[in-house]
Amino acid sequence: MPFCFLVDSMALLIRNIGERFAVRIVAASIVAALAVTLPGCFSGRQGRGDVIKMQGAGSSFISPLMQKWVHEFGYLNPNVKIDFQSIGSGGGIKQSKERTINFGATDIAMKDDDLATADGQMLHIPVILGAVVLTYNLEQVSVPLKLSSDTIADIFLGKIKRWDDDRIKADNPGVDLPPVDLTVVHRSDGSGTSAVFTNYLCKVSPEWKEKVGEGTSPSWPVGLGGKGNEGVTGQIKQTPNTIGYVEYAYAVKNKLPVAEIKNKAGNFVVPTFEAVTAAAAETLEQTPEDLRVTITNAAGADVYPISSYVYILVYREQSDPRVRDTLVDFLTWSINEGQRFAKPLYYAPLPAGMVQRATAKIALLKGGAAATPEPAKQ
Amino acid sequence: MNTAARSKFLSGDTFFRLALASCASLILLIVIGMVVVMTNNSWLSIKEFGIGFLYGTTWDPIKGQFGALPFIYGTIVSALLAVLIATPLSIAVAIFFVEQAPKSIARPMAFLVELLAAIPSVVYGLWAIFVLAPFLREYVYPPLQTYLGWLPFFSGSATGLGMLTGGIILAIMITPIITAVVRDVLEAVPMTQREAALALGATDWEKTRIVLANASSGIAGAVILGLGRAIGETMAITMVIGNRPQISASLFEPGYTIASVIANEFTEATGELYISALVEMCLILFVVTFVVNAFAKLLILSVGNKNTAAG
Repeated sequence: MPFCFLVDSMALLIRNIGERFAVRIVAASIVAALAVTLPGCFSGRQGRGDVIKMQGAGSSFISPLMQKWVHEFGYLNPNVKIDFQSIGSGGGIKQSKERTINFGATDIAMKDDDLATADGQMLHIPVILGAVVLTYNLEQVSVPLKLSSDTIADIFLGKIKRWDDDRIKADNPGVDLPPVDLTVVHRSDGSGTSAVFTNYLCKVSPEWKEKVGEGTSPSWPVGLGGKGNEGVTGQIKQTPNTIGYVEYAYAVKNKLPVAEIKNKAGNFVVPTFEAVTAAAAETLEQTPEDLRVTITNAAGADVYPISSYVYILVYREQSDPRVRDTLVDFLTWSINEGQRFAKPLYYAPLPAGMVQRATAKIALLKGGAAATPEPAKQ
Repeated sequence: MNTAARSKFLSGDTFFRLALASCASLILLIVIGMVVVMTNNSWLSIKEFGIGFLYGTTWDPIKGQFGALPFIYGTIVSALLAVLIATPLSIAVAIFFVEQAPKSIARPMAFLVELLAAIPSVVYGLWAIFVLAPFLREYVYPPLQTYLGWLPFFSGSATGLGMLTGGIILAIMITPIITAVVRDVLEAVPMTQREAALALGATDWEKTRIVLANASSGIAGAVILGLGRAIGETMAITMVIGNRPQISASLFEPGYTIASVIANEFTEATGELYISALVEMCLILFVVTFVVNAFAKLLILSVGNKNTAAG
């Protein structure tokens, strides 16, 4: 048995130390463990009046930035302890709806029927921007690949099967594309990245919208599924002639080739922080009152077309005024001072206009349950 | 035991027996509890799709269409591939350790094999993506295509990620387990059996056959243990199987297993029906594991009976 070895060696260890000793050691370690854990159990907010604990959870996409924010904010405010668990956007929505956490984080805004079943008014606070990029493994091609929205849709619909297809050629005049089969790689785990990407495909391709639709786990017409960004990256790096999508940060950190994508205005755009922030700035006017918006395929000359806001989800009514105040402080700090940590971690900062609107949202939270109700949400 | 203790209402022995019985019934309660909770939480999906869930081939969370057949197929085929590859290999390694190798080599090597069983499966998975899959794509699959391409199992193009790669990584993962158990079983065969065989002038090969026949039920147990692990394995196979819910005769094509789809989609699943369908997948995995194990046990029983009848 595989575990026999473990059990054997433990038994040997115990025998060697001597049985009486072993009993003492076990007893001592139990006492020690209790001594360490018990005070922790009782030192909640009530126990030590000066420390405020907050729990957040959700989007794994924002996790690196959130850990940085939590650390920096904790440094500035030693009496605040924030813990963020990266459990995925779906989990973030669920847990914050059930009030098991103080705030949730999600890459995609909650749906109307999801909001309707919440037991209070849920606020969406945009805190940062993320982009999805197309990366590929094509040894023969050294210049960055250019792709139009129709070509991307046809590739992921399985209608373009080879790299030397006329549609890819038309986007890349003068590039010598190899006559080989093309393999699509997509995320197999439910993911906000897939949701953003399929949201883009729905906007640019009626066929995609009808056949597949948008969501965290779409039913992909073709391709291999990789688990997580690392799974997709691994499959693309190891398999020749593949194409797939990953988060921008992941592509930059792993030095993957990134395709230039044709935006609504007809320009091929490289994903940069400016191009992503521009997409948010260009869509500010159309952004509804509750800030739930998708910014894929935005108009504007320099806009990168596949990106999205990451939202923090909080209930407007907070029962504990101290938690409410801390949430206000933390959120206000993150959309202002906190934005400077974004670029080093490959997130795009919010446009100034959105910072203003998000600030107004955060102020609502401070108003508390007794305040006048907000205008009807849509 | 003294009489004083025996005369008490709760003697030491009774207490001992009750303690053991409660531990055993706890296991039973956990199993029953799991089935009840899973059935309860998947009720929405069971009501919606009924028996059609088992033979449905569409898995589309966006449109709310769920069918489990490609996942059941992928789970069983990948596990069978793994056992087919791992069983002869493990038995050969175990025979070498017990019957052939000198103790000075067998001991440390057996230790290494057992160590392999302790490697986390995510490590196996990443190794499979970065080392095993490219190796198979470059050196193993092309000859298979050339010489056996006329078989439906080896038709089509091979990207290195698919059912066969999944089966091979599972085989690598369960080999240490099967080997370790088979080794213990072979060592339990009395030395007199071997001495008797050799005394009658048997060759090494004939002696080994006698030992194997003696150990056959234990070996079968080892294989079932490996099969169980192969069915439930999640992380490593998710990395290389391609995660595509389809049923294809070609082993080069991507597939999907039940455990993989649960691990992949549960965290981001929203909507009652979707979560319910995933819980029903858990229930199906439970049943598949149970049925496969029961089937394997029956198979072994019948083979064992035949052997004794012939002998």
